[in-house]
Amino acid sequence: MHSEAVTVTDLVKRFGDFTAVDHVTFTVRAGEIFGFLGPNGAGKSTTIRMLCGIITPTSGSGHVAGFDLFRQPERIKESIGYMSQKFSLYPDLTPMENIRFYLGIYAVPPSSWKARTEWVIRATRLESVRHRLTRDLPPGWRQRLALGCALLHRPRLLFLDEPTSGVDPITRRHFWEFIRQLTEEGVTVFVTTHYMDEARHCDRIVMIDAGKIAAIGKPSEIIQKTLPDRPGADLQEAFVALMRGRP
Amino acid sequence: MRWLRVRELVRKEFIQVFRDKRNRPILVLSPLIQLVLFGYVVTTDVRDIRVGAVDHSKTPESRRLLESFDANPTFRILYRLEDPKALDRLILRQKVDLGIWIPPDFQAKVRKQKTAAVQVIADGSMSNMAAVRIAYTSNVVDGYNTRLLQEHIKRKIQYGEIDLRVRTWYNPNLDSQFYYVPGIVAFLVMLLSLLLTSMAIVREKESGTMEQLIVTPLRPFEMILGKTIPFILIAQAQMIMVALFALFWFNIPMKGSAPLLMAATCIFLLSTLGIGLFISTVSRTQQQAMMTNFFFIVPFFMLSGFVFPIANMPLGVQWLTHLDPLRHFLVIIRGIFLKGTGIAVLWPQFLELAVLGGVVFAGAVLRFQKRLD
Repeated sequence: MHSEAVTVTDLVKRFGDFTAVDHVTFTVRAGEIFGFLGPNGAGKSTTIRMLCGIITPTSGSGHVAGFDLFRQPERIKESIGYMSQKFSLYPDLTPMENIRFYLGIYAVPPSSWKARTEWVIRATRLESVRHRLTRDLPPGWRQRLALGCALLHRPRLLFLDEPTSGVDPITRRHFWEFIRQLTEEGVTVFVTTHYMDEARHCDRIVMIDAGKIAAIGKPSEIIQKTLPDRPGADLQEAFVALMRGRP
Repeated sequence: MRWLRVRELVRKEFIQVFRDKRNRPILVLSPLIQLVLFGYVVTTDVRDIRVGAVDHSKTPESRRLLESFDANPTFRILYRLEDPKALDRLILRQKVDLGIWIPPDFQAKVRKQKTAAVQVIADGSMSNMAAVRIAYTSNVVDGYNTRLLQEHIKRKIQYGEIDLRVRTWYNPNLDSQFYYVPGIVAFLVMLLSLLLTSMAIVREKESGTMEQLIVTPLRPFEMILGKTIPFILIAQAQMIMVALFALFWFNIPMKGSAPLLMAATCIFLLSTLGIGLFISTVSRTQQQAMMTNFFFIVPFFMLSGFVFPIANMPLGVQWLTHLDPLRHFLVIIRGIFLKGTGIAVLWPQFLELAVLGGVVFAGAVLRFQKRLD
């Protein structure tokens, strides 16, 4: 495994006249939780969707999980897990059927299906609802199932697009504990969020606004660099200060 | 290419199709109901002609003319009127299909061996029906003329007669149900396979599961197989179900080979599934897909020769009909059902259908790959 899970240089995505992502350059180190923070419409989802091969970048270069972003998108897809802000499992299937489907799609050897299914059901605490229709589960439970399905093929790199939006605080806390546990097993996590307070769960963050990187580094470093004269300031204040400093 | 992925996709598709309670009646009941409805409704047979008669002659000759209409099982004289204007009103209100007016000088002219005029008024708003009714009317009048002639000469006319002996093959009773029911079977298979395929893919786009699939290593071609195999199986099952129903309910003969029909259905499905795939690449929502489906279904229906004979179309349009998969499949399915035709005769249709299906399917696959990237 490379020591860098993701490296991108001058990544650009334009939709017509609109530049959603404007020359973004950053590196994600293996085994860290990397946060992508910014307000709605800042280009977070567009970036993560480019890294996962859902949309093609307009220009730039990059590697994800050791594979070239432009030439090896299929190899990238085998190595990553992805969970989107929009719940995207089949509501008319049960959790068990959803899990089996994704085991098949990721071509996990059928001999390990049983063990893998049990592991995911246990890790996401879905034992009691495994044969209910996914449609009838509460949103937080569905989100856990989606996360579980993204982990079935044991990816080394996990992309999470606004995983906690619309989820209650207790579920959010459980969620971050679970993510921390994954990184202890060596998984790299790339996560976007617009909740500034979630940055404290991240090892390093990028702050993005209007498609451009405003700041990059450890949360504490960013605060210190932006507001050196205010030791008690939080990330929210640092972000506002960064925005104000721009033309 | 991993069969495991295709297998699980097919499995999932079947679970989804049959879990939806609204789908079950659509898949089983609606083809049967449509077949029964269409089977009785789509018919061009003229079986019952309602007649309004105005007899101003009131003579044995004129009565015998009207009796010869009454004696014919196709005609029914419903009204006997005095005023020709009343006849107009009856035709206008669609109380009768045909008006017959015998003028006062009918007997006199017949007896003087002159040509006697009888007026026949037909409702021409449905031109085909009117033409058939007029033809039947001329038949009755011809019969009357011949009898008149024979009575007048009072001996057998001595000349060599031409004796036409007409045999109608394949459909001896000229039953139009025989002609239409196999066509309806073909039409229903097209309708369902088009709709199911395009909807199944667009539904994934709408619900966001497509995005999730794009992030997986699932290859476009595996996805296409996984999305079409279920509908090939469902369409074949429907073909068998509907065909059995046509055999036993409408007593349509099945003269040809059932395996050949199944093979033809498979080739036909290549085109319809290809178009279904194509529709799914140009539509974002199920509503758009539905509208786009009709954009294909209506011309396919009109140009297929299902109702309007292709031979009557302008030459340019006749060429155009070769692009209609339903047209070729109709020839095949009617040939197999009614005439027992084999591949030796139907090979041009098979060939055209296969080429058409191959091109359409390949085109759709190429477009599909572009969209998935």
